[in-house]
Amino acid sequence: MRVTADRDRCVGSGQCAMLSPDVFDQDDDGLVLVLREEPAEDLREEVHRAADLCPARSLHVHG
Amino acid sequence: MNPASPFVTDSVRKAAMTQSADAVPETGAPLPRFPMRRTCPFSEPREYAEMRADRPVSRAELKVNDKPTWLVTRHEHVRQVLGDSRVSSNLKLPGYPHQFHIPEEMLAQVRLMMLNMDPPEHSAQRRMLIPEFTARRVKELRPRIQQIVDEHIDAMLAAGGPADLVTALALPVPSLVICELLGVPYEDHARFEEWSAAMMNHDLSPAEYGAAVQALDLYLDKLVTLKENEPGDDLISRFLEKNRTERVADHADVVTMARLMLVGGHETTANMIALGVLALLRHPEQLAALRADPALLPNAVEELLRVFSISDSGTARVATADIEVGDVTIRAGEGILALNNAANHDESVFPDPGTLDIHRKEARSHLAFGYGIHQCIGANLARVELEAVYGTLLRRVPGLRLAAPVEELRFKDDAMVYGVYELPVTW
Repeated sequence: MRVTADRDRCVGSGQCAMLSPDVFDQDDDGLVLVLREEPAEDLREEVHRAADLCPARSLHVHG
Repeated sequence: MNPASPFVTDSVRKAAMTQSADAVPETGAPLPRFPMRRTCPFSEPREYAEMRADRPVSRAELKVNDKPTWLVTRHEHVRQVLGDSRVSSNLKLPGYPHQFHIPEEMLAQVRLMMLNMDPPEHSAQRRMLIPEFTARRVKELRPRIQQIVDEHIDAMLAAGGPADLVTALALPVPSLVICELLGVPYEDHARFEEWSAAMMNHDLSPAEYGAAVQALDLYLDKLVTLKENEPGDDLISRFLEKNRTERVADHADVVTMARLMLVGGHETTANMIALGVLALLRHPEQLAALRADPALLPNAVEELLRVFSISDSGTARVATADIEVGDVTIRAGEGILALNNAANHDESVFPDPGTLDIHRKEARSHLAFGYGIHQCIGANLARVELEAVYGTLLRRVPGLRLAAPVEELRFKDDAMVYGVYELPVTW
């Protein structure tokens, strides 16, 4: 599983950082930061949940 | 008209001119009127379930001006519409589904709030504010929020029951939180609470509405000027400081931004505090579960937000191109209300949607904060405030109960944001 984020689309809702704090964070501007581009398999469900709940659809989970 | 919006295309203007003829349904049957009343204080309007099943994207007529609008009722479609860059939030566009009367000449003078802006103006202003509401920043505010909650519960307990939970807790807590964040002196809170409640009222005359907006703006105008000269450690001062290099807003824009933060920051949360407590008191088994295990609080907050969806029709849009939603083509220039209360009761996402279930695993999929680029910027702050109030109240006031029959409570059926006017409680 690989995670990418489109920071140009990000609206800083922080949903990802709250739902999956090991994988996502927000920088000083409040925009998404991917902490782990290839998160462990046991995080799959929460990563998908974070991507689904992102209001700006800026998160993508590949594989 | 806002000539600056890149989203105002010729097709929008053309569609706006022909829209009244276009909006007559083929059958000639009268259109349903919007808004529709909630069937009971704890449920969505009866018509929503019928619409979701039979005509999920359907036409209606606005009670305020008899103009047509589309109502979108399914979760999937509400997300689709709110995530579509071909819809505009600009209330000056013809076809925008207004829910209270604003005379043309007044509309022309309205300074757009962020929630009525489109990109790129919206993105520029939102990016200035995002750092104020990150998960981390909100977490840092938590101890102070807890302190505010405790102080108000202390005062309520000291005064003794019965008490009106709205005036004792629901209004002052979020009001104080947003005042401190913005740098508004709390001594002034009673005045702006009155203005902002007036601005949320469907039944207000244009003159009354205008007077409320003007009074609040006059106050905020002075406040912003003060902060331009003497910056403090607050959101408005930080916005002004950043604006010196970013230059996204003039003085009047900052006043409008401050009004949005102030009004959006307390009226909504206040209503959710009172409604949430009421709902929990009506479900003693769930209240007991929550008291026994505070780890359930975050999900309970999501479920309460879902069930009440207090800002059901806050998501008004205008199509700027022809868009397909379900089986329907919404034409450029037509108004859309993406109803989050309807979406949040969509059986395909939330089984048995009318039932409050604080354990509901999909609760967080609700759209009570909206969706897309305009999703409530203060959502995380609201979540923390609700958790703090519900959790502390359950812990510190174990005997809490209603002091009036539910039938006697007055609900805000006539307001833009749903709520309850008073909530008499005792313990």
